[in-house]
Amino acid sequence: MAVQRKSNIHILDGNQAAAIAAKLSRVQVVAAYPITPQTPLTEKLSHFVEDGQLKAEYVAVESEHSAMAVCTSASIVGARTFTATSSHGLAYMHEMLHWAAGARLPIVMACVNRAIGAPWNVLNDQQDSISQRDTGWIQIYCRNNQDILDTVIQAYRIAESVYVPVMVCYDGYILSHTEMPVDIPEQVDVDRYLPPYKPHTTLDPDNPKNYNLVTLANPRVGVDGKLCHGYMELRYLLQEALQDSREAILHAGKEFNDVFGRDYANMFWEDRNEDAEITIVAMGSLASEAIVAADILREEGIKVGVLGLRVFRPFPKQDVVQALRKSRLIVVFDKNISYGSEGATCSEIKSALYGTYINAAIRNFIVGLGGRDVKARELAEATKKAISSLKETVTNPDYPEWICHI
Amino acid sequence: MGTRDCNHICDESSPGIGEAGRTGEWRTHLPVIDDKRCTASKLNKPTCFLCWLYCPEAVMTRSIPPSIDLEYCKGCGICAQVCPVQAITMAPEEKKLG
Repeated sequence: MAVQRKSNIHILDGNQAAAIAAKLSRVQVVAAYPITPQTPLTEKLSHFVEDGQLKAEYVAVESEHSAMAVCTSASIVGARTFTATSSHGLAYMHEMLHWAAGARLPIVMACVNRAIGAPWNVLNDQQDSISQRDTGWIQIYCRNNQDILDTVIQAYRIAESVYVPVMVCYDGYILSHTEMPVDIPEQVDVDRYLPPYKPHTTLDPDNPKNYNLVTLANPRVGVDGKLCHGYMELRYLLQEALQDSREAILHAGKEFNDVFGRDYANMFWEDRNEDAEITIVAMGSLASEAIVAADILREEGIKVGVLGLRVFRPFPKQDVVQALRKSRLIVVFDKNISYGSEGATCSEIKSALYGTYINAAIRNFIVGLGGRDVKARELAEATKKAISSLKETVTNPDYPEWICHI
Repeated sequence: MGTRDCNHICDESSPGIGEAGRTGEWRTHLPVIDDKRCTASKLNKPTCFLCWLYCPEAVMTRSIPPSIDLEYCKGCGICAQVCPVQAITMAPEEKKLG
């Protein structure tokens, strides 16, 4: 569908794009603690609240743990809430991340991806958000600043339709502090796209309720005589919500295209993958870099395509299988490491392909930890190394290779 | 029988008496109200009731005089702490032995 609308291009860094998206989403409560490289985002939001551009309560908390506690409290009484953090701040939030998802609260958080200590490092990799993989949050990774703005707005549509919190992840500095053209939507269009938040529970003094008290493993009969879920049934429902959230994500992406003319009806994006024999898989801005690597390899006559993972949770297994069906070699670049195993996205790809008819070789490279620069040339060389390794063996190695100077 | 008909997506329950058993048995100290000192009782007016407001177990009544459901009072002593006229004292619980 052709969409007729005026573009409104500004030169923004990723943090500004996220802040503007939160403002356009009419968030009502922001609770955040500044941490590098997320800080300019929280400063921008507090500025919006201070000068009246955003009618929201800005809670300047004393820690990230408190930030997420405020967000859960605000969300359960019906406020649209936003927070943002990075690295150690996200780790400090860990307990409350479980709480937000377990209470099924549609909080949206920007995670500005940064390395985690020891040793101290403020630069980019994706170890922080990958470490929060199993908290029950939807995780979406952005490739550029337009993606960040659009994804934050979509995140509210997704979160509030499936009642699962959404983490919008983008690479620290590479996106958070790098300026690029971003089309800022009109408020009236965002309002059309994003209806007001309807909480699944409401606190009503005339009808008092307990929420998330000690819940036994087995179902039990409540004081009203009805059989209620036990702890395990509630955990199942969270898993079911994430399993089923694919449709909500695709729907939010399709409707975003209908209103704004940018299509997000996909769980990942692809570049020249139709005729590719070799597919490079990466997530976030690294996948953008992989396109340049594919350019280099295509010039040398190697048929390379790129699969840029967008949605990491829920992991789109069936879609990935479909996209990789023609590949004979899959080269996965990870900006994270599950110590003693391999990169997290590589594990996901292997898991998705197991038991299918696809018998591609898989090679995993760990790159860019702690802000180590990743050049397209290095990705291209690693891909060629992976190709030549096929002559020696088709067996997938136990452990990944690292692009570093050891 | 499954719980699919339960329409909650997070744990939700209505407040009810005795959800965690007879918690009065946990008590080591017993709150005792001196009606002669209690502001509401003394003035015979529905006033103060800080004990009722602060009781975490909702076992204090908002009545004149206030009374306590000892089946479920855990003896935490918050009522005695918040009473502005020290009308509530915590007496050691005399437990039956054996």
